[in-house]
Amino acid sequence: MAILIAFVLQALHIALVFAAAPLVVGVIRSVKARLVGRAGPSVLQPYRDLLRLVRKRTVVAENASAVFLLAPMAAFAATAAAAALVPSFALGMISAPIADLLVVAGLLTIARVAQALAGMDVGTAFGGIGASREMSFAAFAEPALLLVIFTLVLLAGTTNLDVVAGLLRDGSLGLRVSLGLVLVAALAVAAAENGRIPVDNPATHLELTMVHEAMVLEYSGPDLAVIEATAALRLTLWLTLIAAVFIPFGIAVPEASALGWLTGLGAWVGKILALAVALAVFETSIAKMRVFRVPEFLGIAVLLGLLAAVFLFVSTGFA
Amino acid sequence: MLALVAVLLLALGAAATIFRRAPAVLGVSAALSASGAAAALASLIAGGPTLALALPIGLPSGLMAPDGMTLALDPLSAMFLLILFVAAAFCAVYAIDQHEAEDRRALAGFPAFVGAMALALLAADAFTLVFGFELMSAVSWLLVLARHEDADSRSAGIFYVGMALFGGLCLVPAFAVLAHAGGAHAGLLDLRFSAMRAAPPEGWRAALVLALVLLGAGSKAGLVPLHPWLPLAHPAAPSHVSALMSGAMTKVGLYVIVRVLFDLCGPAQPLWWGIPLIAAGAASALIGALRATADGDIKSVLACSTIENVGLIAVGLGVALVARGADLPALAALALCAALLHALGHGVFKPLMFLCVGSVAHGAGTRSLARLGGLIHRMPVTAGCAILGAACLAGLPVFAGFAGEWLLFQAVLAGPRIGGLALQTLFAALAAVLALSVALAAAAAVRLIGVAFLGRPRGPRAAVADEAGPRARAAMIGLSGLAVLLGLLPGPAIWLLEPALRGLSGAGMAGRAGWLAISPTQESFGYAPAAIALLVALAAAGGMLALRRLAARGIALGRERGPAWANGFAAPPAWLPFGDSVTQYGGASFSEPLQRTLGRTLLRGGDPAMHWLMRPLLAARGAISRAADAMQVLTIRRILTVMFAVLVLFLAVIAAVEM
Repeated sequence: MAILIAFVLQALHIALVFAAAPLVVGVIRSVKARLVGRAGPSVLQPYRDLLRLVRKRTVVAENASAVFLLAPMAAFAATAAAAALVPSFALGMISAPIADLLVVAGLLTIARVAQALAGMDVGTAFGGIGASREMSFAAFAEPALLLVIFTLVLLAGTTNLDVVAGLLRDGSLGLRVSLGLVLVAALAVAAAENGRIPVDNPATHLELTMVHEAMVLEYSGPDLAVIEATAALRLTLWLTLIAAVFIPFGIAVPEASALGWLTGLGAWVGKILALAVALAVFETSIAKMRVFRVPEFLGIAVLLGLLAAVFLFVSTGFA
Repeated sequence: MLALVAVLLLALGAAATIFRRAPAVLGVSAALSASGAAAALASLIAGGPTLALALPIGLPSGLMAPDGMTLALDPLSAMFLLILFVAAAFCAVYAIDQHEAEDRRALAGFPAFVGAMALALLAADAFTLVFGFELMSAVSWLLVLARHEDADSRSAGIFYVGMALFGGLCLVPAFAVLAHAGGAHAGLLDLRFSAMRAAPPEGWRAALVLALVLLGAGSKAGLVPLHPWLPLAHPAAPSHVSALMSGAMTKVGLYVIVRVLFDLCGPAQPLWWGIPLIAAGAASALIGALRATADGDIKSVLACSTIENVGLIAVGLGVALVARGADLPALAALALCAALLHALGHGVFKPLMFLCVGSVAHGAGTRSLARLGGLIHRMPVTAGCAILGAACLAGLPVFAGFAGEWLLFQAVLAGPRIGGLALQTLFAALAAVLALSVALAAAAAVRLIGVAFLGRPRGPRAAVADEAGPRARAAMIGLSGLAVLLGLLPGPAIWLLEPALRGLSGAGMAGRAGWLAISPTQESFGYAPAAIALLVALAAAGGMLALRRLAARGIALGRERGPAWANGFAAPPAWLPFGDSVTQYGGASFSEPLQRTLGRTLLRGGDPAMHWLMRPLLAARGAISRAADAMQVLTIRRILTVMFAVLVLFLAVIAAVEM
């Protein structure tokens, strides 16, 4: 019975995250448009865009290899697998035992590597520039992410996401300065990983400032739809991850009743909406950085992560 | 069985002299290596009973305690022998196809090189170990010089022989100190490991052994600061030899470190013992990975990546030493398991990568990234195997490099439990440095594959490159298969390491490694590569199915080929059949952001060890030789004065010693 419930929760979680991903992008775009005084498209526009792209014909460059053709689906599959592991509204899903934070980070690296290789496959300047910058930024984001994980492990004793979220939800770990510092670091990493302002501009049309978009310039039709869906899914995954770890209130425990799951669902929707609106407000209020300022930005995240760990050592005499 | 292995060693040595034709020598080497690998595997599966054998040859009797050389096969030796023989078997098969005319010079050296490494791994006394180690150095030096027409090869050979001599110079006194601690019997130093184990060194002697072994064996393994020879010497040798140098010879260096620091020095060593190893390992990982993102030679890139991986393994060994010093055997076993598992993985995927880029160098006629490109169209099998190897190199989940790195991160994340604010902060910084190194390794892997195999050809030769021959392809595919197997089943691989872990760290990984999953502690959940792979496969299948359903309602299906969009750039003129190569990102442009942000401060225009260590050493050598030159033009009066002064000094020293 427990396994069955875990299975149902898992299926529900996957369906919800997949269905919500384009909506999250739509909400952010719509709020951003309102904030700068435009009417903006409907929040459902990303769904229509995906459907339109899927029904189009694909044009592929003459010298594209199998890497170019397989990369979008590989990136999507890796991101989807990672998204399946991050708990959204309920803990204790069937994937809970394998939901390891390092594995989630690794799956996102698979997606990044696949897209970077695809960017280099046709041999255009833009694809190469995007791949190079993407991999360089990732090199700076990774240490910050690992220090976030380091601090969480100090608190929870494991890299298993389900256990970490459960302990933080119980509040047994208390409210700590370190968690606040780590939250800032995690937000910086999330901005870099998703190509959001101030690291990259997802809506740019100026090629020289592109990072994420530059890698996928050669794609069209259903392949592009898969790439857009992957980006939306990755953003939702990061918001869900931040919600599960840093705003863990309301998430349903494995032995919860139907009411508990409904509360968890409501809490998740509320948290994601709030984070999406906050992201839109943040993106509207600041400018994109110069490319070579990004390492400094992520370097600050690394220092915050280090500071959080040291704070924890000093304050608890952790041993 | 050990006698069998010894016979095998002799046969390897004899193979080169009996047969003259390349396929025969290499075929026999491959068969012998395969049987060696089978023997090592059988020994590991049997739980690693220690077998010993005394040879009737060795030092002249009466000089040192054992009269003949002694061999022993214990779990640690068996595990490193497995790495060596598996790599050697595939490299030999590969070489049958890819042999070039100048490689004939390397023919006799190849089996001897394998045999010397096996001898060092099997040694049960210091003389045999140093003999095998130095034989390995000497033979590999000959192999590096196989293409001595090339000035670069010659200077690499000179640099390498200098480093090898320095390594030997450190190892011999290290073992002398160890043997001295064991006490002299009837005026003879007892060189057997069993005697050293019985009386581990203490105090300053232990510190001296640690320093000498780190310098001597570390220079062979490629630990900072004695690593700069790897990217010069590894690429100079023929590819199948480079593969062994990177995949197996660095492991022999690591084996000596493990053998001396974990086994011979005993468990009663202080906590700080692991710190130098951690520091050197972290520096190696960072510098190796950063250099790998910048180097323009495909084989040098791989050699730099070897420095990175050796660094990761050394960090694992260091954490294990610290944990053992703090009396936390479970954590020590975890860290040691991470190091050995990563050594096993690296021993498979690094030779694989070297064989792939060897095929590229052979088929496309160059090792320079600036002239390669688009090889996936001409060499699909090589490209496929290289992409798989690069995924292992980049430490991606479900591939062979990830399990070891995952365990290493788990050990580092558990490190703060040892206590002490300074040590805890060290572990936090260590986690950041390791993450940076792994991410840089991923960038290096993307750059290597993206520039060499993808995109447009950067030269006419790359546009007509040939795929490797059938046996070379078979070797690459075989190693790829092993890499996939190792990536999906890290648990069974850990079972093979279990006896070695128990012997060296006092605890095993029992209850932490199963068929499908591995975990850092017995209670916690862990990493289940097969389940993750299944999840990814399901996601891909689901995505494909959904795409097909949705697209079926569209107006047109299928893909159409057209010129690259490239943001509306005009098509290249007819005299540039592959487009203008400067409009394509290359190796140098790819690494520019990383070089600008990290490289300038960390690398100092090439390598920090070159800048801080080697160049001052060379300058000092020059100054000394100039000073010595002055002695040659002295007047006869002064020469006589100098001779007299030396004589007086000599007598004074003797008098002082006598008193």
